[in-house]
Order: sequence, then structure tokens, then C-alpha cells
Amino acid sequence: MTSREKILSQVRQNKPVAVPLPENISFATVTAPERLPAFVKSFTGAGGVVGIVSDLASIGRELQVLFDKPERVMNTLPAIGYGLAPDEAIAQGHVLANLEVAVVLGSLGVAENGAIWVSAENIPTRVLPFICEHLVLVLPQSQIVGTMHEAYAVLPKSFPDYGVFIAGPSRTADIEQSLVIGAHGPKRAHVFILEKE
Amino acid sequence: MHNEYIIPTDHATAAEVFLQDEERANWHDKALWFIREKRDVATKQIPDWELLRETASQIKQNVLGNLDNYLEMFEQNALQNGIKVHWAADAAEHNQIVLNIIQQHGIQKLVKSKSMLTEECHLNDYLLENGIDVIDTDLGERVVQLAKEPPSHIVLPCIHKRKEEVGELFHIHLGTEKGASDPAYLTEAARQHLREKFLTSDLAITGVNFAIAETGGFVVCTNEGNADMGAHLAKVHIACMGIEKIIPKAENLGVFLRLLARSATGQPITTYSSHFHRPAKGQEMHLVLVDNGRSVQLGLKDFYNSLKCIRCGACINTCPVYRRSGGHSYHYAISGPIGAILAPNMDMRKNADLPFASTLCGSCTNVCPVKIDIHNQLYKWRQVLGEEGYVPATKKQSMKAMGSLLSNPTLYRIAGKSGRTMMRLLPGLANNKALNPWAKQRDMPAPPKESFRDWYLKNKKQHD
Repeated sequence: MTSREKILSQVRQNKPVAVPLPENISFATVTAPERLPAFVKSFTGAGGVVGIVSDLASIGRELQVLFDKPERVMNTLPAIGYGLAPDEAIAQGHVLANLEVAVVLGSLGVAENGAIWVSAENIPTRVLPFICEHLVLVLPQSQIVGTMHEAYAVLPKSFPDYGVFIAGPSRTADIEQSLVIGAHGPKRAHVFILEKE
Repeated sequence: MHNEYIIPTDHATAAEVFLQDEERANWHDKALWFIREKRDVATKQIPDWELLRETASQIKQNVLGNLDNYLEMFEQNALQNGIKVHWAADAAEHNQIVLNIIQQHGIQKLVKSKSMLTEECHLNDYLLENGIDVIDTDLGERVVQLAKEPPSHIVLPCIHKRKEEVGELFHIHLGTEKGASDPAYLTEAARQHLREKFLTSDLAITGVNFAIAETGGFVVCTNEGNADMGAHLAKVHIACMGIEKIIPKAENLGVFLRLLARSATGQPITTYSSHFHRPAKGQEMHLVLVDNGRSVQLGLKDFYNSLKCIRCGACINTCPVYRRSGGHSYHYAISGPIGAILAPNMDMRKNADLPFASTLCGSCTNVCPVKIDIHNQLYKWRQVLGEEGYVPATKKQSMKAMGSLLSNPTLYRIAGKSGRTMMRLLPGLANNKALNPWAKQRDMPAPPKESFRDWYLKNKKQHD
């Protein structure tokens, strides 16, 4: 008998009585007018910075102020008009080892916790939002939902090959519970919320 | 790097050693209580907290009752996604599977993010014996790895270490300045040290927080970003999970991700919740499903609930015994109350002391996000261990004596009276730390002149 068969038969033999899976439970949500302020509070609470802009071009202008040299920036959103565009998928994320800034589209935001969904479909290589020193996310305001329940209701059932909720810069408190921002991932996280699409 | 830390044999003895450093023990107690308080604040911000806990517990109940079906569904979908699925009946087989994959690729060095399962299986030691260099990349895990110790807490692996000790370790191993102990400085040094490892490792091992039967994908949660740095920069990604980590549907993540970080650290969500469904182009993705005693625990009516655990550590942070005895006292990969109910299933003889490392106050049960009745299980394990003959004779005899005393009112009154007299005449005896272990860290109160019963009878007469 293979281990697979052994495990499955033992589980079959020992499993407790099944109960139905809870479904369609309604949880309290964040109302539409409260979503933006709640999202801002959550994301800044996690050590991130929030800017609210009216169009993609104004993000370009803001980036110019933050990072004076465009060659420091890898920008995956051409309409922003600032920084270097990755030509195609990057086969080896290692080439980004010294990358300072990455600009990435977030396709969904969650008000209750400030998490932003980044899909592999929108980045040239999976490591991009982790390996940069400073992560800049762009999030349409219309894509902010109230809770995680709503987020999973909106995300496609056939998940992208890889996707991640990112809620601020990387962090650790492993040494004496002292919070340090900037563990292995970005030391700073910035989100620009687009008022219009 | 082997764990050279010698673990004292039973919890009480080990706790005594931990408590010798009073300043550290007090700090440890406060640091964990601080996290418990952060958890409380976070949970109060959710109007549906209790509904979430109940729902999570029911989802897990559904999982355990259908675990074979969900495992098969998960396997089928994961295979379709291009993930290679392996089954391991026990720790040895798990380790062997992982080593085989490593050797097939001719790899000598790998990075690993946090996985309590690999701790349970002692994977690091096994790989080291086979000439493979394993680098733990979670900051706390790297600290204990350099110290040649096991983690003392499932979420905060080096909570037992002071920053000066981390500074000294980093000075020796990473070349930081002698005497430097600033957490920000030390974290930056670890970041640079580990970044080099991420960039030069062809294989990464991660744990799994949730595996979704319906979609054949899995979710890994970190704050540091180390699981992602490792997995995305490696050619081969191996994810290791216990079979109980399955959830039926992606929408169930809405429930669990709302509970996990709030319960663990008081954050509304971990910084990264990564959803792996298919390997990247040119990458190989493996997933190892491990039983290692879980299918046996599943059949124990009083104990299978423990398999609902999502490894948040809330029960550990709140436990008055854990906070004042330290994680290493539990001599099992998972410390604290949850470890104490999981460990006896693995080895009853070796872990017979752990269900006694509790006051049965029930705080663990109150904070558990999936409503495991932890303190009841601790109590029930004591019964099982007693019946199986794993309770020390002295404890058994004193329990028996106490039992007959408490069930006989006359005997109880005589004992109470003679106790009060003795404490008045010979107070030194009751406070003698060698004779009375209860007096080790405390002074006995002054004995009352009369018992409540005497007082009641007297006053009742006056009022009648």
C-alpha cells in the first residue's frame, strides 16, 4: 500500500461525523462612503503611505519629486510616464537585486485591513514587489471593497498563477518585539489611490 | 547546524531553570501579555468576531469530517495546476521526499521560511546529516538557528532572547559591531546577510497556512516577505504541510485570514498573504502532504478538535504557565497549550508531563480563533495519561489522598483544623520551600483562626 492509500484509508476510517459547510453567512461590512477612509487608516497603520490622485499622469509627477532619477524606477504602468518600463517578462528576478523602486498595479483593495491584491498577470516577474527597496502601488478607488469576504467574492474563481495581498512595507518584530519596518521586502510602501479610472 | 541545546526532561524542571533569571522571566511574561493585549484590541474592532470564530470552527469541522475527499480533490486540482504532489505517512518519509528532490537537482544549499511542520519532522538536522546546508530566513528562526536552539514559540521563534544576546550572535556570525543591540541595526544586518542567500539559492522550502481543495492552490502568510523572496528566486519550490491544513473553498480564506493575524499579533492581516496556484515559467513546484500522527488523532473523539488549529499562537501568548516558563520548557516543536494537547498523541510517554503544564484556567480556549476546547483537552489528556500509567507515582498518590480527603467531610474538617493549628504553631514548616513546593515563589498567608464552617454555624445561631 502506498503512503497515499494508507493515509486516505486511515482518514476515512477515523474521520468524525461530517457537518455541512457554513455558507452564505452575512458578515458586517464597511459601507461605501467609509471604505476610502478605512482603507487609508489601515494602510497607514501598517506603516505605508497613501496619496490620492486624480489621474495616472499626476502619479508620474509625484514620483518625479520622490525619486529624482527615472532610471531608479521600474514602472509597469506606461500611462504614468515616469521610470523605465520592463520590456517583457523578466526570466530571472535576480537581475532586480539592486532595484530601488517598483511601480505596480493593485487590482483590489480591502478597507478593513489595507491589503492590496497584486496578480502575477500584472507584474513581469513574481519577485518584483518583494525585491525592490520601495514599492509603489496604484489602486483605483472603485476597486476598494469592505472586507476579505467581499474580496474573495470579487477575485476570479480560477486564480492567477500567483497573486498576493500586500498590506504595507515588509516588517518584523522578532527582536524583543520591537517593530522594524523593512525586513526582507520593501522598506517603504506607497499607494496612490486613483479617484477616476 | 545541529540543535545542541540540551532540553531538560520535564516541564516543571525546565521551568525552574527558566525562572532562575527573574528579570528575563518577568520581561518574557510582559512581552507576551503585550501581544495578547494587542490581539484584544484588534478583535474588538470587528463587530462579527464571535461569528467569525464560530464559522471558522464549523468550516474546520466540515473539513475534518470530509478530509479524505478534500485531500483527493486538492491533489487532483493541484496536479492539474502543474504542482507535483507527494504523500508522506510520517516524519521520516517527509524528510526522505524532500532530500530526494534536493538531490535530484544536485543542490547543496537552500533557503527555508517558517514551517512548524518541518520543525516537527526535524528536517534541518536530517538535511544537515546529508550534507545539505539549510538557511532559515525568518529573522527569529535565523536567530535561533545561529544559537543552535529550536524555536521557543510558533510565531515568535526567539521571544526568549534579549536583544543583547541577538547582538552577540550577530557579532560572531554576521560580523556586526561588538555590543550593538539596536533591533533596527540588527534587522538590517540580517536583511543583507539573507538577501545574499536568497539570490544564490536554487531551492526554497516554505510552509503552508492554507491549501484550497477547490482550486488546488495554497496560501503562505508572512510579515517579512521571506517566503516570497525565497520561492520566487529559486528554481525549485517545495511547500510542506500537514494534511489538516486543507480548506474547502477560496472564499473560506475570507474567514481565516481575518482571524489569523488578529489572533497572532493584533495586526488586521499579515503584510503578505501569497496565493500560489501554478509554478512560474521554468520553475518546479512541489507540495508534500504529511500525516505524521494526524490521521490517528482524527479518530480520538476527545482530541480531534486540536486538528482545527491554524497556528496563530494566541493560546500561547495568553497562557500564564507559558509566559512564566518559556517555550523550551515544553520540549516539543509546538509549545504552550496547543503543543501540550498535540504532543501526547505523538509520544505519550515522552510528553506525559505537558498536559500538566497548565492551571486549566481556560484562557487558551477563550482566545482560540477556531474554538478548540484546549483546556478541556488538557484535562482529558490527564485522565488518559493516568489510565495508561504515565503519571508519576507521587502525583498519583497525592491526588488519591486529596480525593479521599475532599470526599469525606469529617476528614476534611479534621485536616483543616490541624492545618490551621500547625501553621500557627510552626509557620516555618508551611513556608519551607523544600517541603512545600507551593511556597517556592510565594509566602503562605496567615491562617485564619476558624474555618468558614465554624464561622457560619456561629453566626447562623446568632441570627436564628
